[in-house]
Amino acid sequence: MSELLQFLFSGVTIGAVYALVALGFTIIYNASDVVNFAQGEFVMLGGMITWFAHAAGLPLPLAALIAIAATACLGVAMNKLMIEPARGAPVVSLIIITIGASIFIEGAAQLVFDKQIHSFPAFSGDAPIRVGGATILPQSLWVTGGAIAVFVGLWLFFTRTLLGRAVLATSNNRLAAQLVGINTTFVMTLSFALSAAIGALAGVLATPITLTSYGVGIGFALKGFAGAMLGGMGNPKGALVGGFAIGMIEALTAGYLSSQYKDAAAFVVILAVLFFLPQGLFGRTSTDRV
Amino acid sequence: MSDLLSIEGLGITFGGLKAVHDVSFRVRPGEIVSVIGPNGAGKTTLFNMISGVYRPGAGRVVLEGDDVTGMEPHLLARRGMSRTFQNLQIFPSMTALENAVTGYHLQERGPVLADLLGLPGARARARRAEEGARALLARVGLERAAERAAGNLSYGSLKRLEIARALALEPKVLLLDEPAAGCNAVETEEIDHLIAEVAASGVAILLVEHDMKMVMRISNHIVVLDHGEKIAEGDPATVSRNPAVIAAYLGVEEGQDHAHG
Repeated sequence: MSELLQFLFSGVTIGAVYALVALGFTIIYNASDVVNFAQGEFVMLGGMITWFAHAAGLPLPLAALIAIAATACLGVAMNKLMIEPARGAPVVSLIIITIGASIFIEGAAQLVFDKQIHSFPAFSGDAPIRVGGATILPQSLWVTGGAIAVFVGLWLFFTRTLLGRAVLATSNNRLAAQLVGINTTFVMTLSFALSAAIGALAGVLATPITLTSYGVGIGFALKGFAGAMLGGMGNPKGALVGGFAIGMIEALTAGYLSSQYKDAAAFVVILAVLFFLPQGLFGRTSTDRV
Repeated sequence: MSDLLSIEGLGITFGGLKAVHDVSFRVRPGEIVSVIGPNGAGKTTLFNMISGVYRPGAGRVVLEGDDVTGMEPHLLARRGMSRTFQNLQIFPSMTALENAVTGYHLQERGPVLADLLGLPGARARARRAEEGARALLARVGLERAAERAAGNLSYGSLKRLEIARALALEPKVLLLDEPAAGCNAVETEEIDHLIAEVAASGVAILLVEHDMKMVMRISNHIVVLDHGEKIAEGDPATVSRNPAVIAAYLGVEEGQDHAHG
């Protein structure tokens, strides 16, 4: 019993990271129908820049803020330099551009930083908290809290604010959005900034547990993508539930089958979703996207 | 009162083809100006240039004395130009009400943080936008369809929904591209009244329409295009007697390649 609880705790922790990545996917997807495969690189940059700034002597909170801000700027630059010039291209082409961006960022990180594995101290110490025979790290609570806070923020943003509706309107019909006075160029810039910042936040929160290096991005991107697909692309609630579900499945696979199969779990989920539930759990049905 | 919208020598070429060439006319507040012409005469292209969807190759668009040629659609919307499309530009996965609410994007914009936190001011803005949108839906006869997904509405309903959304911007100039297309006689008459009413409130209206009875009934001024050029303009009685217009529509010299409207 305590064994199961332990697996669930680690599932929640890693699931929270995937949920944050999936939430990052949601914003850009909502603004443009583009699945941004560079989302995982934002997570990597969040961790790497924080480590770098912290190692250079800055206090951890400041280093984390710098990492988030710098990654957001990089997200904006990616939109301006790679996505905007290709405006009007089919969504598939734009998705391929994001894969290129992902490879580029990974390579650049290898040059700018190094090829080592890094970490920085957990925010509230490393003393495990005992719960019902299992233990959970304080940092796990940070990650989980972060995922839930971002979800609530995004949910309010998309349902309550006119700017959030403008993002949804832009993806629904770009020309119509312009006609009602929405600056769709700004909406895209904002989406990339927000997505990148959320990705970086995931990296900042997760690194004390998962460690980071230049190459961790693609793994996060694929697991987060699996979560977003499972929950239904574009839906913040789906991203949250899907991300946590992938984390759980992964932890249980590692615990009860073999940790060798843990990475396969996410891909089995992607395939199963594509076969049986293409809209995901909370996805829009394709019939209303005329 | 001077011209609200002035079109000066507007032209555009697509791959060597002069789609629109040297078209000029003016629209004053409260006036209904119709652009007519056979299919392929360049009416929609002209609209696209005026509303910033296409950048004109020649000429100027002057709105309230300012040169707005080639300005992006969202900036034109902010300056009081609003339009509808022949082939509908709505938000299919939103409800009719949500579509209309987007029209309030400009007027009821507030600080994002206030919206996020649900502060009283933000809630008041959201309420005003929703009340305004409901009133507009009622005005175009769509109050019962408010909660339905726009993608499931009939073509005629969508036409009216698009007009409602355009009106939410409280435009100074309203460009309507075939507002009565796909509507039955009763709906056409309703749209007729609606357009006259909007014009009476001082909005300048520029109209492309194939329903000649409607055009003759409500227009103050008619501009006739053929092969991308202005061949006549004037009040409805003058234009309908103009030999060049009759020739263009009936294809006296042009053969059968132009269906009449």
